[in-house]
Amino acid sequence: MSKLAQRHQQVIGFLLLAVALAALPWVAGLIGNSWVRILNIALLYVMLALGLNIVVGFAGLLDLGYIAFYAVGAYVYGLLASPHLTDNFETIATLFPDGLHLSIWLMIPLGALIAALFGVLLGAPTLRLRGDYLAIVTLGFGEIIRLFLNNLNAPVNITNGPQGINMIEPVQIAGVRFSRTVDLFGVEVPALHLYYYLFLALTLFIIVVCMRLQNSRIGRAWTAIRDDEIAAKSMGINTRNMKLLAFALGASFGGVAGAMFSAFQGFVSPESFGLMESIIVLCMVVLGGMGHIPGVILGALLLAGFPEMLRQVVTPVQEFLFGSVLVDAEILRSLIYGLTMVLVMLYRPAGLWPKHK
Amino acid sequence: MNIPLFSATHLKKSFGGITAVDDVSLSVQPGQVVGLIGPNGAGKTTCFNLITGLYAPDEGQFEFKGKTYKPASPHRVAQMGLARTFQNIRLFKSMTALENVAVGMHGKTRQGVLGAVLRTPAQRREEKRVHQQALKWLDYVGIGAYSNHLAGQLSYGDQRRLEIARALASEPALLALDEPAAGMNATEKLKLRELLLRIRQDGTSILLIEHDVKLVMGICDEVIVLDYGKVIAQGTSTQVQQSPAVIEAYLGGLHHG
Repeated sequence: MSKLAQRHQQVIGFLLLAVALAALPWVAGLIGNSWVRILNIALLYVMLALGLNIVVGFAGLLDLGYIAFYAVGAYVYGLLASPHLTDNFETIATLFPDGLHLSIWLMIPLGALIAALFGVLLGAPTLRLRGDYLAIVTLGFGEIIRLFLNNLNAPVNITNGPQGINMIEPVQIAGVRFSRTVDLFGVEVPALHLYYYLFLALTLFIIVVCMRLQNSRIGRAWTAIRDDEIAAKSMGINTRNMKLLAFALGASFGGVAGAMFSAFQGFVSPESFGLMESIIVLCMVVLGGMGHIPGVILGALLLAGFPEMLRQVVTPVQEFLFGSVLVDAEILRSLIYGLTMVLVMLYRPAGLWPKHK
Repeated sequence: MNIPLFSATHLKKSFGGITAVDDVSLSVQPGQVVGLIGPNGAGKTTCFNLITGLYAPDEGQFEFKGKTYKPASPHRVAQMGLARTFQNIRLFKSMTALENVAVGMHGKTRQGVLGAVLRTPAQRREEKRVHQQALKWLDYVGIGAYSNHLAGQLSYGDQRRLEIARALASEPALLALDEPAAGMNATEKLKLRELLLRIRQDGTSILLIEHDVKLVMGICDEVIVLDYGKVIAQGTSTQVQQSPAVIEAYLGGLHHG
């Protein structure tokens, strides 16, 4: 085949994919709006998995506390887009008499930046650790962040403790508020769909960043560190800086996802950021194929979509078969989840869609 | 007297009660090939690890290109122009041969995150140069045909060559090779010898740890013999071969037997 024809095919494939992605929420919306919601959550997980993939997949640093950065992003947005700070701090209230209403274009980078800062804070003391030891320390870090969020309501109420932060404003772009159905050029677009497009845009941005980083001097340095740290050092790579960079970049994607989660839900509490969440995101990376971007995306979509699908299917099927619900969907979910992970580790230890050369 | 390209004086390193390197001094003149030989466990690799910053020395001074340096971090030593290979091959196994060499160029390239994400013209130029140079180095050591093979899939001899290519990619002034001929057959050794001579001819000095006495004696301008962490002989290959201390270390003295 000539190069031009190949190029043509690529363009056509790309356009088809774009149309499919654009039409997806409308198709899902036909079945039910809850499915658009599931899509949105799945996109958030894709962002998280891609961020964790930089740390675990590219640089080979096992991180079990990754959800902390998601929490940081979520609380940064939550605090800056809700009346919580103005209610509790007089100085802030006098500074912003109309409340904090920051632009989303400021909030997303801010969430990313602060999460990246926490990434460096975590990374710095763990530079000498690898493997299991690193996993334990990062696990502790994740729990510490959650406990802080849970307890920082006294003596000064910063996080509102276990009650979490309420009344978080939805995203607002160019005067369009993502809170109800809006009329865009004569088309009625529900808020859920608007979020879908925003999340999709952010996800695509993150994918491009990840792909370009992987095929660059930085990406090669990360892979070198993952394969053999001593050799990497001896080749002139400043492993300390490269590891911190991986932590910071990975965390920043988590921060963006967190900020979006916060805006989407309108409510955040420490409960959403437990150890189990960290493990689920790690499972997505491992299931898909560590270090392989398409694999990681697949893993995230499967593991994010699967429990929801189960929830929708299990109850009606059991009612139809047995007349009553024998096994709760939640229990079945954990069962299948665990079994899948065991089977994948046994038969496809490199993941469902690993990189192959 | 010429200023040596590299010198290490009075190196000392002990692990627990064992003194692995005891008051070793060595130097390399520009354009020289210096051999470091000795029986197993004599402290040769420890010397290398001290020089390249993997171990912190208990005592000793280091000088490179007329400047003293503290080998505190391996990446600084590498960026200074002192590249090395490893006795037990340490390639990046999940990367292709070409990518391995590209990693060797890390210190010679500059592009960071922004360049990579934005694909700036400068970044693309640099990537192109990295690609071309890496291919050049693979050809230089004679494995250009395997540029897209994973490093772990290459034959043992080729892996050793790839390590040399990766080290050469940083354009070092001094190349430190830790047993490059280990596990090679006679033909491969002959090719290696040619390669080493060519490297020297092209202006890179070599510090060579090697067990193959024939190889060492054939190409080294100077040979240093270590035993139990101490220098027991030093000089040209002929001088060293006639030293009674060396003969005893290698063949065992009468009192042993």
